[in-house]
Amino acid sequence: MISRENLINLILAALLLAVPLAAYASGEQFYITLATRIAILALAATGLNLALGLGGLVSFGHAAFFGIGGYAAGILATHGFSGDPLLLGLSGTNQMPVIWLVAVLAASFVGLVIGAISLRTSGVYFIMITLAFAQMVYYFAISWPAYGGEDGLSILVRNQFAGINTMRPLNFFLICYVTLLVALGLFSLIRGSRFGSALQAARQNEVRVATVGIAPFRIRLTAFAISAGITGLAGALFADLNRFVSPSMLSWHMSGELIVLIILGGVGRLFGPVAGAMLYVIFEYALGGVTERWQFFLGLILLGVVLFARGGLLGLLAGRAKHG
Amino acid sequence: MVEVMADPVLEISGLVKSFGALRATDGVSLDLRPGEIHALIGPNGAGKSTLIHQICGTLRQDAGTIRFAGQDIGGLSVAERARFGLGRTFQVSSLAPEFSALRNVMLAVQAREGSSFRFFKPVMWDASLIDTAMAMLERVSLAERARVPAGELSHGERRQLEIAMALALQAKAFLLDEPMAGMGPEGSKSLTRFLDVLRHEAPILLVEHDMDAVFALADRISVLVYGRIIATGTVEEIRRDPAVRTAYLGDHA
Repeated sequence: MISRENLINLILAALLLAVPLAAYASGEQFYITLATRIAILALAATGLNLALGLGGLVSFGHAAFFGIGGYAAGILATHGFSGDPLLLGLSGTNQMPVIWLVAVLAASFVGLVIGAISLRTSGVYFIMITLAFAQMVYYFAISWPAYGGEDGLSILVRNQFAGINTMRPLNFFLICYVTLLVALGLFSLIRGSRFGSALQAARQNEVRVATVGIAPFRIRLTAFAISAGITGLAGALFADLNRFVSPSMLSWHMSGELIVLIILGGVGRLFGPVAGAMLYVIFEYALGGVTERWQFFLGLILLGVVLFARGGLLGLLAGRAKHG
Repeated sequence: MVEVMADPVLEISGLVKSFGALRATDGVSLDLRPGEIHALIGPNGAGKSTLIHQICGTLRQDAGTIRFAGQDIGGLSVAERARFGLGRTFQVSSLAPEFSALRNVMLAVQAREGSSFRFFKPVMWDASLIDTAMAMLERVSLAERARVPAGELSHGERRQLEIAMALALQAKAFLLDEPMAGMGPEGSKSLTRFLDVLRHEAPILLVEHDMDAVFALADRISVLVYGRIIATGTVEEIRRDPAVRTAYLGDHA
């Protein structure tokens, strides 16, 4: 028997695939881009969900990792296009797999550094210190003229992947969609593993975890770095979607948006970020066309979720989360 | 049945901890020998909790040493002391409430195996982890409640679960902080019988208010008053000790 939550997950996954396919068939390219945006935001939020949902680490600085992934893509592509060497004689590239690897490694490394300091605090202090680090990265990007500074950085041609024409929206969507599914698979495996057990237990009761002999700090730091890497990967894809990177990817609005996605969809739920990204982007599109004040209505919905449906959309549809 | 000659498993000497002007632990020395149950009693505010916090590492002592299994553990973290084999239960149950009883114990098993950095194999398919954990739950008679979230267990069941987790650590010594609290007469009796068996596995430092249990179980008793141990001895010696009678036991002892 398939559980109710898995059934809903399957439906959400099928829906996210069906919409762009239907849009492709009917020539409505715009909806493909919309679905790609959903997939990328869901991927970024899946990264955050590992830290926030499983580990209880409310990072208000994940925009830093999203932006670092984005800039990794932008900078490598710029050098790949111009042929100027990057550093130490290394050249840029327009190959997505290489860019992704660099994005993941760069974001994870920065996550390791930020986490090593931030995880010594907890609660509100953790939220504030992650925000502060992200703002540092933001202002650094703004004041770095070599890569566009405040104006951002354009990627003239979308990067390449295994001979596929990535400029066709459906192809690029499929790349993002498969990447999202892989990340969700990874999230699911980690959640059920020994590491995931320790991480979730540390959220529920830190003292208990230490008392059985597991140091919560190391577990959390590892989770934070993995989380940063996934969000960084999403940043690289986001840069390729827009063919543009700007400091706005690094701003605290972005960090907040990722948290909102997770709360809307369901904190710690496998498909919480997917459901949340769907709701968010559909809202932005549907209400954004009617009123510029669409975020006011989003705020109302968020308020409703926090007050009446703590489990988010998935909690509403599938009931309480179950642990083994 | 105390083996007096054996080296103590846990040896505390000259421990001092002050909070401002208050000396909560004032030169405490005590030891725990193989096979024994050593009870620590004392009125409220005597400093029992402060002492326990120092033994398990949540508080750092100002002075004095704590030796455990031949090592000085006074500077180690909580997790490191646990890995050395210090099995602790809490005055107020401390569990992962969303996890089932089974998964709580599985956490302790994986901690003992030192294998928390495995990222892919699902724990719920891990037969060796599950079987070991189930065996611990059976020992504390909690097997049929294995799949119930710890947060939904009764008070007494949570106590049993904590002991199962300490067992899963294959502890070299147990530090039980008021295991009888809130257990009810039946629960206390069966737990008393259980602890009597458990001592053969590893010695127990038992902090307890339930005097019936203490007198039934303890090989030795130490009495803590105002941060100082005023007496250590067998049940009979403690019952007769005039200082203890005035300070703590009163006339009904």
